[in-house]
Amino acid sequence: MDYTFQYGQVWPYLPYMIKGAWLSLQIAFLAFCGGMLIGTVCAAVKTFGGGFSRHAVNAYVVFFVNTPQLVQIYFLYFALPDLGIFLSSYMAVLLGMTLNAGAYLTEIQRAGFESRRQSEMEAAEVLGFSRLQQIRYVILPHVAKVLFPPLSNHYILMTLGTSMAAIFGVEELTGRAFNINSETFRSLEVFSIVAVIYVFVTLFASVALALFGRFAFRTKMRVV
Amino acid sequence: MAHLELDNLSAAYGKLRVLDGIELSVAKGETVGLIGPSGSGKSTILRVLTGLLKPETGSVRVAGKTINFDKPSEIRTLRNRTAIVFQQYNLFQNLTVLENVMIAPTKVHRRKRSEVQAEAEHLLEKVGLASKLESYPDQLSGGQQQRVAIARGLCLKPEILLLDEVTAALDPELVSEVLDTIRELAAEGMTMVIVSHEMGFIREISARVAFMAEGKVVELGTPAEIFDTPKQDRTRDFVGKILRH
Amino acid sequence: MGSFFGELWSLATYHNILFLAKGALTTIALSAFGCILGGLFGTLLAVARLTSGWLSWPLRAFALLFTEFFRRVPFLVTLMLCFFAFQFGGFDVSTLTVGCVTVVLIGTAFLAEIVRAGLQSVHPNQWHAAEAMNFTLLQTIRYVILPQAWTVILPPAFGFFILFIKDSALASQIGVVELTYVGKVFNNRGFSAGVSFGVILLAYFMLSYPLSRLGAKLEKKLGTSRTR
Repeated sequence: MDYTFQYGQVWPYLPYMIKGAWLSLQIAFLAFCGGMLIGTVCAAVKTFGGGFSRHAVNAYVVFFVNTPQLVQIYFLYFALPDLGIFLSSYMAVLLGMTLNAGAYLTEIQRAGFESRRQSEMEAAEVLGFSRLQQIRYVILPHVAKVLFPPLSNHYILMTLGTSMAAIFGVEELTGRAFNINSETFRSLEVFSIVAVIYVFVTLFASVALALFGRFAFRTKMRVV
Repeated sequence: MAHLELDNLSAAYGKLRVLDGIELSVAKGETVGLIGPSGSGKSTILRVLTGLLKPETGSVRVAGKTINFDKPSEIRTLRNRTAIVFQQYNLFQNLTVLENVMIAPTKVHRRKRSEVQAEAEHLLEKVGLASKLESYPDQLSGGQQQRVAIARGLCLKPEILLLDEVTAALDPELVSEVLDTIRELAAEGMTMVIVSHEMGFIREISARVAFMAEGKVVELGTPAEIFDTPKQDRTRDFVGKILRH
Repeated sequence: MGSFFGELWSLATYHNILFLAKGALTTIALSAFGCILGGLFGTLLAVARLTSGWLSWPLRAFALLFTEFFRRVPFLVTLMLCFFAFQFGGFDVSTLTVGCVTVVLIGTAFLAEIVRAGLQSVHPNQWHAAEAMNFTLLQTIRYVILPQAWTVILPPAFGFFILFIKDSALASQIGVVELTYVGKVFNNRGFSAGVSFGVILLAYFMLSYPLSRLGAKLEKKLGTSRTR
């Protein structure tokens, strides 16, 4: 192998890459928030809702869970213009990731809802708790504890999922890697540094979430 | 020469001292019973004797030869000369009764399969389970599983058999069948160290009994000495409480 | 809307359907390849992490680092690393080969975790009994642990296989002729994006959905058989 590594050419781009990482996190965060909203509503519909709305939500979830996020974004970015809807690459990615996340988070939250314990609710009812109080003091704490690990895990996955935004020209971490690559042609150096940044970012997120989980919910989550 | 000798044996789990200067010797063909409250270190001695726990100080001698716990080959030798039967039977759930008994001799000791099978079937018949050769552990009662565990231990042809509270996890009506099996082994001259709560049984079967508390051997003597005329107050307290039942 | 079905009709030529089938096959093959080889190597890594003693310390460290690294790097970045590694290494390999190497690397890391969790789900008593009878680590895993662990390993492993089918869409970016690439080709040939990618979405759905139903059935069956 004749390749000589020249990291020296790539190090100067580090701040540029870090800013890209920050954008990745933002996209993941926004999509996660949007997904949570969709997820909560849809999970509630699936658990408590009537026939038609349940089927509709089911169709949405089943479709988005069984197709790749990349192709979903392709569709939004390239097909919607034919209907007169022009989304920027950033918006297409964000919308695609949000819809995708919404489907997965619906399932996660539904499992969480269904973990509510009938006996605890009856005990609360007998003690005179109103419905709202039951939800706040009995159901929510337990459900939140059950939901925290899978939600944290999915968030980490979404952070990695932002990388495909590069394909659409969004300048998050991977996108910037492609930019640096086309300027310096130091491909292995760039992508290896970017890979390590992803590892550190997700490790940091995992540790932070695990610590928070241990503190807030006393769940023991493993990081590594 | 004693078959098994423990000399000033001490061991710890991290900072917790579980064995403190244990002195014990077991003659060939002798059965020694270990009694005492929970956490006294009785089971821990057995774990040391199977190489599952490394002692801090002191020595273990089998037939006069000291075991060097730093050498994996000597731990292997120790395990070849002893066999342990656990309280929770620890049978391999994915294997039939016959396979459970046969697996260690065939795979670890590399003995001939036909020879091992004949012996396994003989042992299973001896413990009264000849009809259950193809059953899986979860299809058997606790007492039956424990007897399979004993047969499994015996198929290893050990010099010393270690029994760790083997009736503690059994329903009362299943206890006697296991005790019968052990009685037979004692009569046949197997060197045994038995940890048990079954005081009546220990009294009947042991040549000597050691009462342990907090990692130490408090008193060692014949069953009559320990149960009828204990010298130490501690021993007297324990025996008094137990036998009052 | 009428033009949508009109386009669909003109897309459905023998040649195109064959092309679509080829893409689907490549997609499944990539995921299967990554899972089978990844399962093998992943099991090795999982076993490596269970060794004890300071001599095998480098082995454990390697297993840990490999697993954590390839689980925390996006598919696209790993793909690019492989692509350029081959290019600068002077190896002239097909894009499919690069894709295969990528899926094996990633599959190994994820399946190593799944296998490790499975091995550790077996009760410690089983490990103790084997150890007391002088089983080596490999014998213990082969005769006692793995036969009991595979019911715990199979459902998540199958789930990963299904997930991987979707992740492999990214291989299209270096030109691997899998399902997503087929969609891009259709689009380039003049079919509207809606039809092109719509068909691809449907194709992925028809691969993934039946498999996930199968996976659910598998999980049910193995869940009950474990309490045999």
